[in-house]
Amino acid sequence: MNWTDNDSHIILVGILCAVACALPGCFLLLRRMSMMGDAISHAVLPGLALAFLISGTRTSWTIFVGAAVAGVLTAVFTQWISRYGKVERGAAMGIVFTTLFAIGLLLIERGAGNVDLDAKCVLYGSLELTPLHLITFFDTFLVPRAAVVVGGALIVNLIIIALFYKELTLASFDPALADTQGFRPRLMHYLLMTMVAITTVAAFEAVGSIIVIAMLIVPPATAFLITKRLPILLALSTIFAMSAAVLGHLSSHALPTLLGIPETTSSGMMATAAGIIFLMFWLGGPEGLIRQRFGKRPLLQPDFKS
Amino acid sequence: MRPEHPPEFPVSVHDLTVAYHRKPVLWDIDLNIPQGTLSGIVGPNGAGKSTLLKSCLNLIPKTSGEILIYGKPYEHQRDLIAYVPQRESVDWDFPVSALDVVAMGTYRKLGWFKRVGKSQKKQAHEALEKVGIGHLAHRQISQLSGGQQQRVFLARALVQDAEIYFMDEPFAAVDAATEQAIIELLQDLNKRGKTVLCVHHDLATVSRYFDHLVLLNMRIVASGPTQETFNRDNLQKTYGGKLQLLDDIAEALKNVGR
Repeated sequence: MNWTDNDSHIILVGILCAVACALPGCFLLLRRMSMMGDAISHAVLPGLALAFLISGTRTSWTIFVGAAVAGVLTAVFTQWISRYGKVERGAAMGIVFTTLFAIGLLLIERGAGNVDLDAKCVLYGSLELTPLHLITFFDTFLVPRAAVVVGGALIVNLIIIALFYKELTLASFDPALADTQGFRPRLMHYLLMTMVAITTVAAFEAVGSIIVIAMLIVPPATAFLITKRLPILLALSTIFAMSAAVLGHLSSHALPTLLGIPETTSSGMMATAAGIIFLMFWLGGPEGLIRQRFGKRPLLQPDFKS
Repeated sequence: MRPEHPPEFPVSVHDLTVAYHRKPVLWDIDLNIPQGTLSGIVGPNGAGKSTLLKSCLNLIPKTSGEILIYGKPYEHQRDLIAYVPQRESVDWDFPVSALDVVAMGTYRKLGWFKRVGKSQKKQAHEALEKVGIGHLAHRQISQLSGGQQQRVFLARALVQDAEIYFMDEPFAAVDAATEQAIIELLQDLNKRGKTVLCVHHDLATVSRYFDHLVLLNMRIVASGPTQETFNRDNLQKTYGGKLQLLDDIAEALKNVGR
């Protein structure tokens, strides 16, 4: 294949997006609420639409804030419904995000009419188009605008996780102890939800919500197959997310020619690549299915001391 | 300040009512836990034992009433408190080691943003040694037995270095060696003048382990020194007509010869 600047740009955006999602995704996984990423990434739609209708512009900031607020509200509503309505958490999540998503679609179809806010674009994104919006960065680098936006979200996530690593871990593992020690586990919960919302909104203009959902869930899940240490989990998730982005883009070029099928989208292939990486480790990893079935694994050391 | 709840009591509960979905779980609880006691909360399933403990720690909303820790609201006294939740309340597949979990007990003193350093790790290690599983410090927590997991929780409470220890069924489903280790630990805390408030379910061991009892079944049936409160009359009131249990009670009373 011919490697062009476009390819570099697409991969750059893909990597930044994948890593930005995978980091908060680790904490979602540990709290057993991975699907919250799915919910939030759908539910930002009415926020987008409303912010657009109220402000009448498509300037990034109003839209960004509107969508992020809607994302966090998803978490708030889910909490309320499951707590006061005695509804199971997953069901509560489903009620909230489908309703919000539908409202968002209606708002866009009805209100935004012919304006260039496209529901399809929200789902699938337009990764291939990112090289069309280039901006100069530090006066020297010419990078896609999307890379700056998504990179911004990544930096925000990195800062939050670096600052609150201990607090996020404690609140995820043992919220009751966190509470008795005064560490505000609910605040930590919403901080995580805010991270997810910001990342989703930043990413989906460029890459669509499918890849956001995939990268929130799949790389952390793959890493969790291999390690039982949190720092390594974060590192491995990052690596898997990056690999999925690179492999996804490469195969989006290679596969159609190989199989003689029409062109595929990079973001779709990145999500698929993440799934394939998961499959590989699920089957062939150190604790994988193949070894479980056919390999001889030593028993855990019995502990006679206690 | 209330005259009936003077501040020398580590835990004072005044007029507490707790309800889930408008169904009362605890009703009009009035209670003082004396300084330096090993206090057990005893009662049948669904009596509200854990709820009472969690209410003291402000973990669940009160419908009415007030709880004071050394005469002040809980929020001002967090430094004085250590909490051992029920073992099933956390996810033991969580990717942390035994040492990491014990170090969580130091977070309060560390404060926001600061990282666990050498001195916290050392404290955590010492606490693990004290509960007899120092050699398992770097095991991932899912690779520990139930008893070992319970010891990790106790070690974590130890590094919190508190005045009052709230424990939710620490003896539940542990092996005999662990049970012995826990009771030695409680007695050690007791010797150092700490107060322990412990939800307990095993009537056979109540009188050996605790010097102060709270008999609970939605209301307080009795509260006071074990010698005065642990008798057939009170137990019958607490456990009602549950025949199977009454047999257990008979057995338990026989053990203490009363």
